[in-house]
Amino acid sequence: MPRSQLRAWFLVHKWTSLVCTAFLLLLCLTGLPLVFHEEIDHWIEGEAPLPPVPAETPSRSLDDAVAAALAAYPGERPLYLSFDVDRPVVNVTTGPRARSAAEEMHITAIDRRTAGIVGRLDEEGGVMHVILRLHVDLFAGLPGELFLGFMGLLFFVSLVSGVVVYAPFMRRLRFGTLRLSRSRRLAWLDLHNLLGITTLVWLAVVGLTGVINTLSSPLVAIWRADQLAEMTAPYERLPVPERFAPLQAAVDTAMAAAPGMRPQFVAFPGVRFSSNHHYAVWLRGATPATEQLLTPALIDAETGRLTEMRTMPWYMLVLRLSQPLHFGDYGGLPLKLLWALLDVIAIAVLGSGLYLWIARHREPLERRLDALDRDRVAAGRLPEAAE
Amino acid sequence: MSRSARRSLAAVFAVPLALGLASLVGLVAALLGDGLYDGVSWVGLAAPLLVVAWAALRRRA
Repeated sequence: MPRSQLRAWFLVHKWTSLVCTAFLLLLCLTGLPLVFHEEIDHWIEGEAPLPPVPAETPSRSLDDAVAAALAAYPGERPLYLSFDVDRPVVNVTTGPRARSAAEEMHITAIDRRTAGIVGRLDEEGGVMHVILRLHVDLFAGLPGELFLGFMGLLFFVSLVSGVVVYAPFMRRLRFGTLRLSRSRRLAWLDLHNLLGITTLVWLAVVGLTGVINTLSSPLVAIWRADQLAEMTAPYERLPVPERFAPLQAAVDTAMAAAPGMRPQFVAFPGVRFSSNHHYAVWLRGATPATEQLLTPALIDAETGRLTEMRTMPWYMLVLRLSQPLHFGDYGGLPLKLLWALLDVIAIAVLGSGLYLWIARHREPLERRLDALDRDRVAAGRLPEAAE
Repeated sequence: MSRSARRSLAAVFAVPLALGLASLVGLVAALLGDGLYDGVSWVGLAAPLLVVAWAALRRRA
């Protein structure tokens, strides 16, 4: 590689890293407990076992569950209903308006067999909530999310440029060389190179999927304006229905239209994930990948008939798949532990990179490039030799 | 330190490339199913960690 190019890559690596390192350190530190948020939530709050009921007790209808939640919060309207995977529980989200802010919403867990309330899962306060907000948007809403997304993008550029500048350093060293006893700087350099290059793909995937997740709100808005608008075009001029058809029948209709899929959640008319005239029943498949590939079945909220069911467009599929690949929650506890260890290595890569900059050679970059050049000449190659 | 011969790009990136592929297989496997797929995923993503451990231990030996 010509010297001018190598010089440019060094500068790209230095500056992209410097700008994003502080934020990436924050993301890695807050991400560590978030990997285990399920376990931590269970441990802090505990999960009361469901009351025993006689075997073969039939499920009450979903409409009973919604009625129970609304009785707990009079004057509110149902927004979402989601299904627990491992127990006969649905979670009903209610709020004052169709587009309620998250802080105004109430989430009530309801036993499907008794329609009794078994828990309240409102937007939690506490340490985990603070950690989550720091990780997602720095308490700054969408601008905060997009800002962190940009930092993630810089991190990705820093990874790519890091690989380019890795090569000249390693030309005379065996892979995995750690010169720990010669100088502190050399020790940190070798550690930075080793940890960065071994975990490169994980760092890149978790970084990029994080960036994609920050685009969640804009992408959903595009989906609503694009595919959802197309699917519900005939309803465009109709008034929003006053009364909704039974929910249970709507979900049954959706499930009959998509054999082999299970409902994950229902969005009520008017909310972000539905149209103004439909129950959107979001169905999912059976494997972790197809589980993410939700297909919305739109059920006319007045007649209860299926309007349309269409696979999500590619950008929504990418968004959905970016969630497990970023969270690491799709392969059991061992995968979470690996995620945590790789996260610790990411912290070490960031920390060692920062050290290398703070304790940088007082030698200017030109002189360091000279040293690499001398190396090449000694090896019988001219600096400008094409590689 | 004895300076070894200059290594080709292929030699420099052989191990990183193998680890990258192992990581990719690991990241994707658990998405495709449970059970065996999860196991493949654990092995694939453990590979970079084991290599780091190997480098550290070799250094100490």
